[in-house]
Amino acid sequence: MSPRYVSGKVLGSLGTLAFVIVFNFFLFRVVEGNPVATLFRGRNLTDAQRAAMRHQFGLDGSKLDQFWHYLVQLAHLNLGRSYETNATVLSEIGAAAWPTIWLVGISTLLSTVIGVAIGIVAAWRRGSVRDHALTSFTMTTYAMPDFWLGMLLLIVFSVLLGWFPIGGISDPTSNTTGIALLADQAYHMVLPCLTLTVAYLGEYAIVMRSSLLDTMREDYLTLARAKGLRDVLVRRRHAVPNALLPVVTLIAINFGFVLSGAIAVESIFSWPGLGHATYAAIRAPDLPMLQGLFLVFSASVIFFNLLADLAYAYLDPRVRTS
Amino acid sequence: MSTPLLLDVRDLHVTYPSGGGVPAVRGVSFQLERGETLGVAGESGCGKSTLAGALLRLLPPGTEVSGEVLLDGENVLTMREDRLRAVRWTELAVVFQGALHTLNPVKRVGWQIEEAITTHERGIPRSELRGRVAELLETVGIPGRRAVDYPHQLSGGQRQRVLIALALACSPHLLIADEPTTALDVMVQAQVLRLLEDLQRDLGLAVVFITHDLSTLAAVCRRLLVMYAGRVVEDGPSDEVFGSPKHPYTAALAAAFPIIGDARFRMAPSGLPGDPPDPRHLPSGCTFHPRCSVARPECASRAVELWPAGEGRRAACVQVLDEVPT
Ligand SMILES: Nc1ncnc2c1ncn2[C@@H]1O[C@H](COP(=O)(O)OP(=O)(O)O)[C@@H](O)[C@H]1O
Ligand SMILES: [Mg+2]
Repeated sequence: MSPRYVSGKVLGSLGTLAFVIVFNFFLFRVVEGNPVATLFRGRNLTDAQRAAMRHQFGLDGSKLDQFWHYLVQLAHLNLGRSYETNATVLSEIGAAAWPTIWLVGISTLLSTVIGVAIGIVAAWRRGSVRDHALTSFTMTTYAMPDFWLGMLLLIVFSVLLGWFPIGGISDPTSNTTGIALLADQAYHMVLPCLTLTVAYLGEYAIVMRSSLLDTMREDYLTLARAKGLRDVLVRRRHAVPNALLPVVTLIAINFGFVLSGAIAVESIFSWPGLGHATYAAIRAPDLPMLQGLFLVFSASVIFFNLLADLAYAYLDPRVRTS
Repeated sequence: MSTPLLLDVRDLHVTYPSGGGVPAVRGVSFQLERGETLGVAGESGCGKSTLAGALLRLLPPGTEVSGEVLLDGENVLTMREDRLRAVRWTELAVVFQGALHTLNPVKRVGWQIEEAITTHERGIPRSELRGRVAELLETVGIPGRRAVDYPHQLSGGQRQRVLIALALACSPHLLIADEPTTALDVMVQAQVLRLLEDLQRDLGLAVVFITHDLSTLAAVCRRLLVMYAGRVVEDGPSDEVFGSPKHPYTAALAAAFPIIGDARFRMAPSGLPGDPPDPRHLPSGCTFHPRCSVARPECASRAVELWPAGEGRRAACVQVLDEVPT
């Protein structure tokens, strides 16, 4: 991979990020009515108090002043304070990030591995009973909205059967620590993780299947068979690695979206992650918090896109060596 | 007991499953001795590549293949899977049509050659393997250090040479070269052709050359086989077949290539109107009659089998029947 290729991709990503930062500012200034009034609705405030509040939230001065203020604060990683909790947005997001990273990380890992495996098995015996069964299954899960699946699982396994907790990340009435706490959190994670895994594996299975079917038409597979290779080796050494190339890109890109895409599932299971925080911030409405979350989500999409580009270039010698 | 023929193909039929069945090869028979060179000619779509693919059972699943393919006396078509894998590349290797897509684009070319060797010989030390790959590449005129290159880093001619080196990796007795020069420009065509000739002579290989360029075949091969619409329409010693064709189709092909490698003449045989027929809608009688300049009324209803047409020659045309006293 040439340094020029890498620096080009990195610069492109930084450009996109800069655009998002500017856009983010204007979007939220246009949306925003009068947060001070919203926040203290029904209460009497003196004009002096109002002015003080406006100053505290960085809402005084001209729009240009505000924009400058916003950029300076952003450069210091100061995203403002939550209207709701008055804690810094950064600390709020930092606290909510870990549950999301665990939940999304594990479910993405599971859905990609299972989805890709299903795609391979289905494509290799195209048209077989197994292919039809697997493809019907993945089509069904692909078509199922994640919140609907989440509610279904919640009703069946938590409400009716009582096998799993209704929501949250740990049992609020116990004060265990260490391994016991981890085990409790894992137990709480089962249903949301299952929901995300099942909701997303269909896409990977479908993409992997069609990518492998395309690859299976390639002449170099005939050559590999002609050389005397066993079927499994033709598949493992030649077909699957080539078919995986576009899927790797999809996985990386999706990962960026999944961070923000878990809003519905986290809300259903009261999982205290970024998605849940977004839901709460919209309901309030807590604009600094939303602005911060929006920035984090955009940055993660941009970052994983960059990662996808670089991974593809690394894995495909046609890009790497040119 | 005499040693069996290297290759003995008997009444080979191949039908692809798509669209209700595509009879791409319809009753082809021919024989090949050790070290012999055979040319297979015919316009594109006549079933040449299908014939090559059938010899090692490489056609897509669902394709119907019948007849016999006796390789060293063993029928490939009824062989067990493990025996078939052992025979592939050690007995018969193929230089496939289309050098641009035949190599795996994400594997180093040296690795692709090594893979052929290690599939049939286990436990070769790495250094020896490297040496053998370098040697094979040198044999076809490519510096051994290019083994670490990916296919896209090589020119079209070099890739074709790599494919030839790859085909030689397990020292097969028979090499099938399917249009080995078609995608290349004229200079490179001549070089690749000379390389194949040299290898054939030096290694005592039997080679089946497939191309639509009859004049090239006549120069390189001892015997010629002309195919039309999935059948052999003429065969015999190449200078005779090329010099005095018995079948009008062969005559048209022979007239079509006054200049070797001239792209304008290559694709459209002169004096031969139209295209070869779609195997699903073959003309009645002699399948060539709609394009034949000397067709007679009876040709539309009468199909002629391959018929002896002189010393070691056969042709499938009513004209040949005229000459034979009945
Ligand atoms: N996989 C396939 N499925 C269906 N028809 C095919 C397939 N491959 C080739 N054919 C048809 O079989 C005929 C012979 O093709 P081919 O053997 O490639 O001819 P050639 O090598 O002489 O150009 C053509 O009509 C072609 O369209
Ligand atoms: Mg062909």
